[in-house]
Formats: sequence, structure tokens, C-alpha cells
Amino acid sequence: MTNSPESSSSLTPSTGPTEHDDSGVSPSLAPLLQLRAITKSFGAVQALKYVDLDVPAGKVTALIGDNGAGKSTLIKAIAGIYTPTSGEILWNGKVVHIHTPRDAEHLGIATVYQDLALCDNLDVVQNMFLGHEEMRYRTLDEITMELAAKQVLADLSVTTVKSVRQKVASLSGGQRQSVAVAKAVMRESKLVILDEPTAALGVSQTAQVLELIHTLAGRGIAVLVISHNLNDVFAVADRIAVMHLGTLVSSGPVADYDASSAVDLITTGESARNVSPMAPSS
Amino acid sequence: MSTPEVTNDPQFKTSRDQVLKQVWSQFKGMRRGDSGMVPIVIGIVVLVAYFQIRNSLFLSAGNLVNLFVQATTYVLLGMAEIWLLLLGDIDLSVGYVSVLGGASAVILTDTQFHWPWYLAILVAILVTTAIGALHGALTILLRVPSFIVTLAGLLAWEGVLIYVVDAQGTGGTIPAHEKVLYDLVNTNASPLVTWIFFVVCVTGAAFLILTRDRARRASGLLVQPFVITLIKIVTMAVVALLLVLVFNTNRGVFFAGHRTNLEGMPWAIPVDVIMLAGGTFLLSRTKAGRYLYAIGGNVEAARRAGISVNRYRLMAFMLTGFTSGVAGLLYISRQGGVSDNVDSTLVLYAVAAAVIGGTSLFGGRGKIIHALIGGLIVAIIYNGMGLLSITASAEYIAIAVVLLAAVAVDSLARRGSEVSR
Repeated sequence: MTNSPESSSSLTPSTGPTEHDDSGVSPSLAPLLQLRAITKSFGAVQALKYVDLDVPAGKVTALIGDNGAGKSTLIKAIAGIYTPTSGEILWNGKVVHIHTPRDAEHLGIATVYQDLALCDNLDVVQNMFLGHEEMRYRTLDEITMELAAKQVLADLSVTTVKSVRQKVASLSGGQRQSVAVAKAVMRESKLVILDEPTAALGVSQTAQVLELIHTLAGRGIAVLVISHNLNDVFAVADRIAVMHLGTLVSSGPVADYDASSAVDLITTGESARNVSPMAPSS
Repeated sequence: MSTPEVTNDPQFKTSRDQVLKQVWSQFKGMRRGDSGMVPIVIGIVVLVAYFQIRNSLFLSAGNLVNLFVQATTYVLLGMAEIWLLLLGDIDLSVGYVSVLGGASAVILTDTQFHWPWYLAILVAILVTTAIGALHGALTILLRVPSFIVTLAGLLAWEGVLIYVVDAQGTGGTIPAHEKVLYDLVNTNASPLVTWIFFVVCVTGAAFLILTRDRARRASGLLVQPFVITLIKIVTMAVVALLLVLVFNTNRGVFFAGHRTNLEGMPWAIPVDVIMLAGGTFLLSRTKAGRYLYAIGGNVEAARRAGISVNRYRLMAFMLTGFTSGVAGLLYISRQGGVSDNVDSTLVLYAVAAAVIGGTSLFGGRGKIIHALIGGLIVAIIYNGMGLLSITASAEYIAIAVVLLAAVAVDSLARRGSEVSR
């Protein structure tokens, strides 16, 4: 499946059905992903409490919060690893049920986990096509896959991966992250979730990855990034959402936040500075 | 390498140790990962030269053919191990399972059953594949390491083998009189057929390589320089030519005034070649093969990619069983039958063959060709030591040293190929 940039993304939100949807906004302007009152309990422990979040296409939404705030749990609920105890997920304005990772994949949600889920003993092409190989006469179509992999990396302006046939084990952290992101993008994803993409990276590698995130958003893909690093967040995010002890305490355009108010929200859940909690999605 | 002076035992051991140490340092000094074949080939050359110098019969046609036939068993058993080694698993029972398969065939043809050979062979293969499936099912369902399951298998199937052979009431051995079973190893194809076989193999391989290169060039992808490809093909052709010449040399001995005619390749050789080709195709050109590598490399990544890990693990166990079955048929053919007293080192040679050839014990790395190289090396050592009338104890130690060296090299290569981030 050769992936041409134009076909894999839409620069304007897709036109959904014309019937009225739950968000009160006409479907054609609804954010790609909307979470409404998402709650997740593990026995007596409530990991997520009535989380409302909008993730619009073509923008980078940063999900920040302290350890244990519920960021990973929320991501896993979107990715189909957990099913929310209550609440709704809307995709293009329509309610959807995501019970397995395959469901999420079919919707167009791709998740890049912190451990990247790459096979060190395989090369870049083999990793990018893992599970979805191109076949020709019941054998692997190496040529098609290699061309497609090179194309995707070029589209994403990933220039640091010199040969797509080198083993992933020999790539640097930033290159591995780029390959993992490219793998997610190849599936014509509409939403890409990145869990701590820059956590283990050095300065120039971080810059590589942030550049890649910009490129994704520029192609109309909705990007949801979990990060601890406020520098990276302010460098790349269009929107920020802050979680504190399982609740989404604040979200809005990045301009509404600064480093100190962000830290306040992360640590205490509230900020005296001029940030309006639950700002309407723009 | 000094010419060894042998007058008494201690000196003898020293020079052999020197040679073995030299082989070991060759392995150690190799460039990490990529040039895996070169030091092994050098190792083969060193070993061959050593044995030839010690006993000039080593490179005689008769001995070489004998060596290749010995190698066929080790190659196939090594191949049987590779399916599981790729996953990071292992099968400790391949020795006994393969002989059990061979025994099934012999019992069905040569005792009261008198089944036709094709049915007997089919049953033998089914038995070993089913045993492989059983090992796989136990490993997967019980979540017990394959090491333990197949260790239990090692003991259990040895017991079953002894029971089954003794139950035939022939005093603990069953000779294989059935023509096809016996002929597998002990009869040769005619020289003409030998020629045709090797010509077909080389032209087929050359064709595949050239068409693949051409397709890659047409798509604008990077290809090895044509000179390299040409060198590869020419080397293949030269090796095949040498093999044909060796096989077609009349190895017959003079006896009672005339010479017996013994020429052509034993039928075990094409059996091995076909198995190797089939295995290589499966591993390198099919989804199933790709997934075996993925599971061995990072099982969690494979799972997240949607691969049904358990299905492919079971497949690998069954492939191990299947390959052991074929190995067992060749084994009993060479032994001329089956006895209740089986060489318990077979499994060690199987793992040694796979690992010496370059397959990693930790999973994710290995190719079928490794079984060929490793099996050849094991056979060279085994055969050479036989020619030098070396005691069994020294033989074990030598193979152990080479195995240890190969594993050490594997571990070093693994460390060297990871880039610090």
C-alpha cells in the first residue's frame, strides 16, 4: 500500500453525518476525538474521573501531569487497551466503542508507546510493515515495502535514517522514535498518540522528534503527546491539557499557559494565574 | 600454524590445542555481526588443513563422501533446532525424537507389519511432527519453559524408543532391510543424475539471485554491485563443480581382483539440499518466517503488531518435529537399522551445529544456512578425529571447545552490534 501524503490526511475536518451530535457543535466542525466524562476504575481505585477532552485534527495536544495523574490510563483507554467504566468517546462527532487495539486501529488511531515496540533484530522496513506485510504470490513483496517505507520517511522529512535496510538495533534513540512514528503514520492514521517521545533523547534527537511532530500536525493528523518535559511541550504544543489525580483540571490553547501556571496545575490541580480552566476548544 | 610433531600423547594434545585455540581466536576477532561467514569459513579451512596434514586420507573422495553423509544428519538436526532457537526456545529431545521417527519407519516396514515404504515414511514424519506439536502445546498452555518441557521429552521419548524397539522381540536391534529406507544413505544416484542435480541447483540459484537484483534495479533500489553478485555465483558454481567431481570419483575398492563401482552422490544429499532450500524459503520469503524472527526479537512488539504469537510458536515446534523426522530417517538409514542404544550426544551436536553456524541462543538471529555450515564443521571434527583414531573423550572435549567458542562469539557479536544511544 503506497502511501501518498494527500490521501492519508485531511487538512479540513472530515464532514460527518448531518444529524446533530452530542457536542452541540455541527458535525463538520467537531474535533476529531472527543472524550466525554470518561471514568475508569480498577476495583476500588478510580484512575480516571469524568475526563472531558477534545483532540482536534491538525493540532498538537499535549497531555501533561505528574506521575500517577492518569495520563497513561487515558491513553490506553483511547487505544483500546482499557475499556472505560463509563463515559463516551466520540469520533468525528459519532459515538464509538473501542474494545480492542484493533478497533482503535480501524478508526485510524495509532499509538507509539514509550518502549517503541520495535524488533531490534529486524530492519527498518520489516519493522514498519510488521503485521501488515505486502505480499506477492504468497511471498513477501520486499520491493514494494522498501519503496513505501522510503517514501513515508521522506514525506515525514526524516533524513537521519540513511538506509532503510539497517537493523533497528543500530539506530540512535531519535531515529528509532522516528521509525516508530513513521510506522504509526503508514497505517493512514488520523490520530497519533505519543507516550513520552523525548524522554530518553538528547538535545538534537529531541529536536528531530519535535520537528516530526510538527510535520504530522501539518499534514492534518491529530497528535496527542504525553510529556513530562515542559520545554518540549511549550515548543511543540498547540493545546495543553493538564491532569491531576485522575481529573482533567484544565485544557486550552497553549497561549493560555506558561511554565509556572503549568507547574501549579500539575502539582496542585489549580492555578491562581490567569488561566481559564476547561477553556472551550478552539 | 606449526607442523605438529607427534611422538607421544602430551605433545599431540598440545598441537591440537594450538590449532583449536587458533580457530577460537579467529572467531573472536571477527568484525561484529556482518562478516559472520568469513571467520567460519576460515575456521573450516583451518580444520580441514589440519586433518589433511595429520592424515592424508582426509581429503580423499571416499572419506569426503563419508563426511558429507555424516554431515547430513547433523545439518538436519541443526536445522530442526534453528526453528526454536529463533524464538529463544530450544528442543532438547530432537535426538531421541528423530530416532523414534526413524524407528517407526523401520518397524513398520521390517517387522510383522510389512508396510510399504511411503506409508512408513509418512507415519514416521507424522509421529515426530505430532511430538513437536505436543511439546509446543505443553510449552504454550502450561507456560513452562521449552527447556523443561523438552528435557522431559528427552527422557520420555528415550523410554518410549527403548520400549518400542524391545517390544519387537528382535533382541534390541531392528535392521533396516527395506530397500528405500536403506538406500537413502547407502545407495548413490548415478554420476549423470549427480551432474544434473547440481547444474539445476546452481542455475536455479543464479536465476533467483539475478532476477531479484534486476527487479530491485528496475525499482531504483540499492543493489549489490554486479561484480559481487557475479563472484557469488561463480563461487557457487565452482563449489558445486568440486562437489560433483568428488561425488563422481570412483570410490570403489579393489577386492578379489576387480574394482567395485562406487560413484555418484548418496541420495541423502539431495534430501538435505531440498530440506535446506525449503527451510530457507520459509524463513526468508514468507510471513510465517518473518514472524518467527519478530517473536524472537521482541515478543511484545510482535503481539502489538497483531501477530498471533502462540500460533507461530506452535508452528515452530511442529517444524522442529518435522525436520527431526527427516533427520531420523537418514540416521537409521546410515546405521542400517535402529537399536535401543542411541547416541545421547545427538542433541548436543544438533545445538552445536546450529550455534557454531551462527544462530543465536537468545533468539532473533539465525538462518538455515547456519545449520549447513555448523553441521559441516561438526562432521569435519567428528570425521577427522575418527581418522586420527582419537579417543571419544578427546573428541567430546574438542567439540565442546568449538561449541563454547561459537557461543562466546555469538555473545560478543550481539554486544558489538548494539549502538550506545
